[in-house]
Amino acid sequence: MSKTLFDKIWDSHVISDLGNGFVLLHIDRLLLHDMSGGKALKEAIEKGYAPSQPRLIYGTPDHTMSTQPGRTEKSFPPGEPLILSMRETTRAYGIKLFDLGQDGQGIVHVMGPEQGLTLPGTTLVCGDSHTSTHGGMGALAFGIGASELVHTIATQTMVQRKPKRFRASFEGALQPGVTAKDMILHLIGDVGTAAGTGYAVEYAGSAVRALPVEARLTLCNLTIEMGARTGMVAPDDTTYEYLDGRDYAPKGAMWDRAVAHWRTLPSDPDAGFDREHTIDMRNVAPQITWGTSPEHVIAVDRAIPDPSKAPEEKRGAWEAALQYQGLEPGQPIEGTRVDWVFIGSCTNSRISDLRAAAAIAKGRHKADHVTAWVVPGSVRIKREAEAEGLDKVFLDAGFEWREPGCSMCLASNGERVPPGKRSVSTSNRNFVGRQGPGARTHLASPAMAAAAAIKGAIADVRKIG
Amino acid sequence: MDKFTKVTGVAAPLMRQNVDTDLIIRIERLVDNVGREGLGPFCFEQIRFKPDGSEDPDCILNQAPYREAPIILSRENFGCGSSREGAVWALKGFGIKTVIAPYFGDIFNNNCFQNGILPVALPIEEIEQLADEMTASPGNARVTVDLENCVVVSPTGRTIPFQIDARRQHAMLNGLDDIAQTFSRKAEIEAWQSNDKTARPWVWL
Repeated sequence: MSKTLFDKIWDSHVISDLGNGFVLLHIDRLLLHDMSGGKALKEAIEKGYAPSQPRLIYGTPDHTMSTQPGRTEKSFPPGEPLILSMRETTRAYGIKLFDLGQDGQGIVHVMGPEQGLTLPGTTLVCGDSHTSTHGGMGALAFGIGASELVHTIATQTMVQRKPKRFRASFEGALQPGVTAKDMILHLIGDVGTAAGTGYAVEYAGSAVRALPVEARLTLCNLTIEMGARTGMVAPDDTTYEYLDGRDYAPKGAMWDRAVAHWRTLPSDPDAGFDREHTIDMRNVAPQITWGTSPEHVIAVDRAIPDPSKAPEEKRGAWEAALQYQGLEPGQPIEGTRVDWVFIGSCTNSRISDLRAAAAIAKGRHKADHVTAWVVPGSVRIKREAEAEGLDKVFLDAGFEWREPGCSMCLASNGERVPPGKRSVSTSNRNFVGRQGPGARTHLASPAMAAAAAIKGAIADVRKIG
Repeated sequence: MDKFTKVTGVAAPLMRQNVDTDLIIRIERLVDNVGREGLGPFCFEQIRFKPDGSEDPDCILNQAPYREAPIILSRENFGCGSSREGAVWALKGFGIKTVIAPYFGDIFNNNCFQNGILPVALPIEEIEQLADEMTASPGNARVTVDLENCVVVSPTGRTIPFQIDARRQHAMLNGLDDIAQTFSRKAEIEAWQSNDKTARPWVWL
């Protein structure tokens, strides 16, 4: 029988059928971060469940520490107990921790692929909704809550119901200034923020096949913003080239064996999907969000939408969003004054993202009224960027160059966009108050964010070049 | 886990789409060491309180009789966004037992079932009517959510059926813990792992 990539991974991980559509699924990788990792380990232990497979569990702090240069866990005191608790519990059970100040530390969804821990054909979970990121490697990866986290620590399994299959195909060449971030924002704008609820998404089509791995990670990262817990790209030679030689990737004869297995994973040509959506990339320009949901997105050369022209059921939400964002319908979004720029997060903090932003910043200077931050995704990315001189490009352009972490994406470390201030961010959520109470967020690609910092306003990256 | 059988009470119409988990509980409340039980006062703080910290009287959750409501009525995609289970703990601490919406964020939905909070999916037209019936007689109107019979009873006595997975219904009615049930399959798990170590040795570090 023909199977999709998702079916192949799911079916091969079913330990038992629990009836009523539920199965017990084996989990190959559990990733922990400081917001929930230490607490979940403690809870499991207190309930009498030691980690059943500590060698399949990896952790790194990312959410609750400062990203200021020279930071330690003490730089943001509210986060210190969480980081210490994670350190203590992982050490007690022999769980590998990429700790603060160590090689390998970084945003958990950057760390997994970077270390070669995230492998094609594996199941991977983490207590974070952007775990879908790892699907860019051809893994079945999804975010879970705290109780499910304890369950996974205790049993290395999860009780799950099989989702339906959604294929999102992107066809054709990317237009100038268009990136994976623009692809996924455009898709969410097209289908809405709940289209994927109850589905597992496979991203396919010629435009996806042409993407390097880091861009595939960005594409899969925002899957949860269309409602689906998991999104994936079939592994191929691009994936294997990226993985080959990474610390935890298989080596030698084992590598060959693994690749032979991974080559069997892509969806069979006649495999069926419950829902399909195709986007012609010839029609997609650089995107920017205008409202308070990722589906509130337009091409940067368009006008701010008018709620009176909205579908009736969305009118109220559009009006509330424009009021919160302080925007006038019908005005061009380009030129809207910006106060902050944030380049970072599990969506867009990898070396290719930093290079794209640096290419815009190079030889230019940010507008005086803008505060611009660059927060690399990991210690390794930071070092690589510094070896290329990207830090100097950013610093010369008036940007701040910071330490790896989640930072201002969700402001759990106290790093916030001030109330009423407007930010162009390369992160994943423009929810009310996401970047701090009263903060106004516009999501865009790294190059678009850098362009906004230079112009001091929302800018069309194609005009900067 | 707490059992859930039946709830009767005031239903607060929080009729917004895409109520995300950041709105239900701010992330810094989960960093602060207040514990699960301490989150109730911060539930929906961004809409319940003004920037100066005073209550916003325009927020329905601050108005009688809704401020004591054990039931929330809402629009599409309630609980979307972040996986934070603190959103469910905050709702629980705020006194909410069940949320009725057309559909829910997948992770939030799962988290509810881990904590004895019942997410009930009904068509939006039914929810709008429930909201109308609540606001028509705010003093006396009550909604009942009956998990045993899988029905919602409206303030005017209309009976609206809802669907739920039989496995989840059973677990909620009996307050069953997933981990204990999974642990009873330890031998099966170990057999699967043993086979997999031969089939995919590269996965096992």
